Amino acid sequence: MRNLSQTELVIEAGRTERQYWQDLWRYRELFYFLAWRDILVRYKQTAIGMAWALLRPFLTMVVFTVVFGKLAKLPSDGVPYPILVFAAMLPWQFFANALSGCSDSVIANANMISKVYFPRLIVPASAVIVSFVDFLVSGIILLGLMAWYNFIPGWRIIALPFLLAIGFAAALGGGLWLASVNVKYRDFRHVVPFIVQFGLYISPVGFSSSIVPEKWRLIYSVNPMVGVIDGFRWAILGGETELYLPGFALSLGLVGLLLASGIWYFCLTERTFADVI
Amino acid sequence: MMSDIVIRTENLGKKYIIGSNQQHRSFREALSAKARGISQKIMAPLGKRINNQEKEKEEFWALKDISFEVKKGEVVGIIGRNGAGKSTLLKILSRITEPTKGRIYIKGRVSSLLEVGTGFHPELTGRENIYLNGSILGMSKAEIEGKFDEIIEFSGIEKFIDTPVKRYSSGMYVRLAFAVAAYLEPEILIVDEVLAVGDYEFQKKCLGKMEKVASEGRTVLMVSHNMTSVVNLCQRGILLNSGKVVTDGRVTETVQKYMETAREAGGEVVWPDPKEAPGDEVLRLHAVRILQEGIEGATGDVEISKEVIIEISYWNLYEGALVSLSLWLRDQMGGVVLGSATHKGVSLIEDYWHWRPRPVGRYRTICRIPGNFLNEGMYSITFWVNGLKPEARIYQDYAVSFYVHDTGEMREQHGAFAGVVRPKLAWSTEYIEK
Repeated sequence: MRNLSQTELVIEAGRTERQYWQDLWRYRELFYFLAWRDILVRYKQTAIGMAWALLRPFLTMVVFTVVFGKLAKLPSDGVPYPILVFAAMLPWQFFANALSGCSDSVIANANMISKVYFPRLIVPASAVIVSFVDFLVSGIILLGLMAWYNFIPGWRIIALPFLLAIGFAAALGGGLWLASVNVKYRDFRHVVPFIVQFGLYISPVGFSSSIVPEKWRLIYSVNPMVGVIDGFRWAILGGETELYLPGFALSLGLVGLLLASGIWYFCLTERTFADVI
Repeated sequence: MMSDIVIRTENLGKKYIIGSNQQHRSFREALSAKARGISQKIMAPLGKRINNQEKEKEEFWALKDISFEVKKGEVVGIIGRNGAGKSTLLKILSRITEPTKGRIYIKGRVSSLLEVGTGFHPELTGRENIYLNGSILGMSKAEIEGKFDEIIEFSGIEKFIDTPVKRYSSGMYVRLAFAVAAYLEPEILIVDEVLAVGDYEFQKKCLGKMEKVASEGRTVLMVSHNMTSVVNLCQRGILLNSGKVVTDGRVTETVQKYMETAREAGGEVVWPDPKEAPGDEVLRLHAVRILQEGIEGATGDVEISKEVIIEISYWNLYEGALVSLSLWLRDQMGGVVLGSATHKGVSLIEDYWHWRPRPVGRYRTICRIPGNFLNEGMYSITFWVNGLKPEARIYQDYAVSFYVHDTGEMREQHGAFAGVVRPKLAWSTEYIEK
């Protein structure tokens, strides 16, 4: 038995396979193909696929600008209100789409999961990529708005990829939790739209988080998306927008925790997916 | 030699928990159960905790103490009745699900084919699906590209390669799916019943491909109901029954043994408790029997000259359901001798209840196979009870088997006849001229 060779695979109950992370790397092409499939299908299925990705954030932005900017007359930190809203809309839409896509992904691929082995982590991770493409598409609107208002962002814009990565981690972390729970309890999927909708109201999308009283800022930052959205505004709007650092650090820490625990829980439950799904 | 062994399983076991309380499939139920548990804990005095939840759990071992070794280049057929654990074994070997007990050592690159066309997306074109399916089966992009033309050629659907597969006929779909699978090049291949696809010509092509794979010195583990292909392709057979290995040896002996155990069932399967019978909320099976005039009760042995009566009884639980039945008669190699159904024009006589709204209750459907039609040997029944409205289906493969005996004069005078069937045909000779 000892001389069987090093490439030997051992399958055993409850074994955290050493090969798991190796496999994840080996299956990277599948990750790419699944993301490619979802993007292809998304933009093929609906003739308005592209328009949809543009229209939704645009209309929401218009409504928020009218309600918060014009009717409630909230402060805009010295930038055009539509840009203030849209700079937050972008990461929020990305997060919301990625979170719901992620949480549905495992069930949507149930057939594959019950018939073929691959590291299951690939499925929710590739679902996030689709939302990333939507993000890039709706980014066009922001460019349009900037051109319209003659708004030129400063050097801080280079921080965007980093901030996006935080949003990515937050969506994946939350999505992994939801995806695993979704497999076990099928009715849990109805909770997800509620989380997303509720999140929109408690995140500083329609307004600037500077209107939150100073003493509440830190608690407000418990919502991990607060850090990401504030970061986006800080990077895009520049000027007098200041980043509330303690809050940002708290958000960052919580995102890290969410991602790590999400991966942990997903890996813990994924072994039984094929039995329950 | 030790180093020749590529798969080794040690006391493999897989447990499923069945029963109402095993899993709260909805979050709502889980929450209320939790709340009940807590309130019980508060209400019940300490130490007197009622543990009724535990009682409702029931364990079911789909596999038990499976130990075997497979050497490099061996082609092994895994056979057994429905529910014997064949599919569970393949799922564990291909790492889709985890064993509850025991260990498996595998050496080499494994590909499993439990289905053809896994991950096919109807919106994507044939070309796109080849890439997608290939990568799901574990091929690299470079590998797929290298074999792309061959795959398309094998599938024989060059013309439609850029058409979304939702426009394909089911035959085309299966051809494309199998073509991708055929070009997998694993060291160990795990296959589940995928040969039973497509038309006869394509099946032959697939079998040819499988034979080639087997002869190339790769290790193959396959599950099949088709004994002919098992005997043709495999050298070794493992027979499973109720999750245990019954026989492990030369394929012909294993198949023989399988046919014998199938026969032991005595031409009758009964589910006394409708709750545990196969079926759904519309239809539930009650019993399947082989009957023959002159024999009391069900029988596993019938006389060649007399009618064989197949009796299927089942519950209709839905007021006004429309139901039809169909069956296959298989020979001892698993080949289908004939197919028949209750449908008008298919059935010799009109079946009154065929697609007629049925009141709730138990029904018995009988199919008669004439005497002096089958040959000597073993036959099995595969059948479907189909609900048209609402849609429902009971499917039982190899539900019952029976053995046809020739006790009459024919045998004594002429010995055994060749062929799957042995009808009495009308022969006559005329004297024409001198």
